[in-house]
Amino acid sequence: MSVVIILILAGLLVGLVFLGAFVWSARSGQYEDTTTPALRMLADDPPVKIDKTNITLK
Amino acid sequence: MNTNLETFKYDNRIVRAFAVATIVWGIVGMAVGLLAAVELFLPAATLNLPFITFGRIRPLHTNAVIFAFVGNGMFTGIYYSLQRLCKARLFSDFISWFHFWGWQTIIVAAAVTLPMGFTTSKEYAELEWPIKIAIAVVWVAFTVNLIGTILKRREKHMYVAIWFYLATALTVAVLHVTNSMTMPAGWFKSYSMYAGAQDALVQWWYGHNAVAFFLTTPYLGLMYYFLPKAANRPIFSYRLSIIHFWALIFIYIWAGPHHLLYTALPDWAQSLGMVFSLMLIAPSWGGMLNGLLTLRGAWDQVRQDPVLKFMVAAVTAYGMATLEGPLMAIKTVNALSHYTDWTIAHAHGGGLGWNGFLTFSMLYYLFPRLYKTRLWSVKLANYHFWLGMLGIIFYIIPIYVAGITEGLMWKQFNKDGFLQYPNFLETIIQIVPMLRLRAIGGTLYIAGVLMMAYNLYRTAKAGQFEPETEVQAPALEKTPEPQGKYAFHRMLEGKPVFFTVLAVVAILIGGMVEIIPMFLIKENVPTIASVKPYTPLEVLGRDLYIREGCLGCHSQMIRPFRSETERYGEYSKAGEFVYDHPFLWGSERKGPDLAREGGKYPDAWHYNHMDDPRSTLPGSIMPRYPWLLTQKMDLDSLPARLRALRRVGVPYPAGYEDGQAQKDLQAQADKVVANLKQGAVTAEPDREIVALIAYLQRLGTDIKAAPVAPTSTMTTAAK
Repeated sequence: MSVVIILILAGLLVGLVFLGAFVWSARSGQYEDTTTPALRMLADDPPVKIDKTNITLK
Repeated sequence: MNTNLETFKYDNRIVRAFAVATIVWGIVGMAVGLLAAVELFLPAATLNLPFITFGRIRPLHTNAVIFAFVGNGMFTGIYYSLQRLCKARLFSDFISWFHFWGWQTIIVAAAVTLPMGFTTSKEYAELEWPIKIAIAVVWVAFTVNLIGTILKRREKHMYVAIWFYLATALTVAVLHVTNSMTMPAGWFKSYSMYAGAQDALVQWWYGHNAVAFFLTTPYLGLMYYFLPKAANRPIFSYRLSIIHFWALIFIYIWAGPHHLLYTALPDWAQSLGMVFSLMLIAPSWGGMLNGLLTLRGAWDQVRQDPVLKFMVAAVTAYGMATLEGPLMAIKTVNALSHYTDWTIAHAHGGGLGWNGFLTFSMLYYLFPRLYKTRLWSVKLANYHFWLGMLGIIFYIIPIYVAGITEGLMWKQFNKDGFLQYPNFLETIIQIVPMLRLRAIGGTLYIAGVLMMAYNLYRTAKAGQFEPETEVQAPALEKTPEPQGKYAFHRMLEGKPVFFTVLAVVAILIGGMVEIIPMFLIKENVPTIASVKPYTPLEVLGRDLYIREGCLGCHSQMIRPFRSETERYGEYSKAGEFVYDHPFLWGSERKGPDLAREGGKYPDAWHYNHMDDPRSTLPGSIMPRYPWLLTQKMDLDSLPARLRALRRVGVPYPAGYEDGQAQKDLQAQADKVVANLKQGAVTAEPDREIVALIAYLQRLGTDIKAAPVAPTSTMTTAAK
């Protein structure tokens, strides 16, 4: 089962990169605001109107 | 304040290209799946053509729907949403198109090589090494494009979908490279570097995470973009999306061994896989609930809008599959479900429901927007929805029934303590009606997809394609970072070498904690003295077994249950597979296990069985393999094959392939021919069938020859 070593190293590599990404994201303020990002992503396209019969673009 | 307003254009052409590829490959991949489904109850459907036998087109189906349909779907959605979330055009147009054409070329290469029998036999990683290298190159191009776009974004905050995309790109690269370690023996043949139980562990570590990071994380990212967009309301809880993202990616990577419960894999690895699998319910349901709760107060829209209808059904299917998956990873449940159609039902609940419906939803959302028009027919889209739902129901319910039926029949003893159904074929004939119903379900589902293709085609015809969307946004200003609080991390960022060293140290500490016990615990590396490498003729036979995809229906892994040892013989031990490059344990039984096939039937029985399975077993659903009787074996490639096997650790003596191997092969082939003669069969010794018979007669006989050696081998699997 020595192959477990490879898998653990690969798993840890992925995990550590994720950890680094998490630390970076938390420290750089990515999660300071958990309200506006959810709203802001809705606003980047032309507004969408949904009527009873179909979906149209203004 | 917006003095530095910039004008730029989103690239819609690449999005359209991937969207069209998604539809085309989706239809192809599902049609191949339907053909495979029909062959299971109508063996004559193969028309005795080698290229379309079940064993060869099953991998074609799985690769096509996973990497061609879902893969192109993922790239469609990522390239559309990434530009808009980052307020930036994709990093490089050249890389975008290299990515597109590279990926389509790989798919075509797969569609050509798999029916020809060029396969590594490792599930969802069947493509041979030149194509594997191409996949790695194209994947790196995709990753560069993804990260490059993120780096030049004009929106400081990275929306949660982007995190899912990043996790996908990184993890798939690591998985693909680790599982593709293979030793070439010619252009379209290679042997896995790992053997037996080790190969099995790597394969299912990969296989499970292909589900996790190819079918799940990118699609969750798409859900987080397209669901709020389609409903025009913010995600229920942005905080929950962040928490469940980090929890999901940290837990998923360890759950692979649940594909190997009760096999010859050490118990501790099995238990580890089971525990992590159960933990996965929490983050998975975090995503599902977040998606469904976003629609609070918006369910009236679901009634009207096919985009949301498909979305809701997809998220619900995700929730069901991610509850069922952990339950199936419980050892006692798995003892019943494994090797049966239950697994197929589970995979298709997730595949047709989650990936399929989310892709359709996204396409119905995108086409009217890309073409600046309305959807051509909402009514037709609604018909597609209901036809698709019916298709899923007609697919999975019969297959659940079939799976549980098989599982129970295999285990049933009569009151005298004998197997109630000693003939495996009885258990297959019992489920044939279910297999027929399943094909009807698949047909309905494909009919729905064809409707969608027509609807989207008409939508495109009616509208005017917008190749680029011009937008304006302020450039991202560098906000001065506060002093003190971030000083340490800034220092790290400024010293990449120091940062790398710290990371390596962290990896090594974690690694050693796990590695040292590995070297101390001897049971983990059991060896059996009587297990010997395959003879040259058996090597060729084994490669034919791989070429024909036999493991699509026949496992080589007897689990330590009385019902299995009664039926097949002594349970399988890890030490029996130390020369198996790759392992051929299989994951599905549409025919009996072959781990102890050697010596069960005379050579002539196998000869007749391969020519026409129904001549020896009336009612069998196995296809005919008449070409094995006429085609000559590939003797020229033997030296390259033996050399490659020696390089990965099989102890053939040096120079064995330069003469002695050929003599040994000849002698063994002559013996098989003599055996065949006794069974009133005349055969040439240089035909493929001779090699295959030699291999089948070898299976599982090594430990019959000598008493099972050390006790250490017994302790691991005996429980």
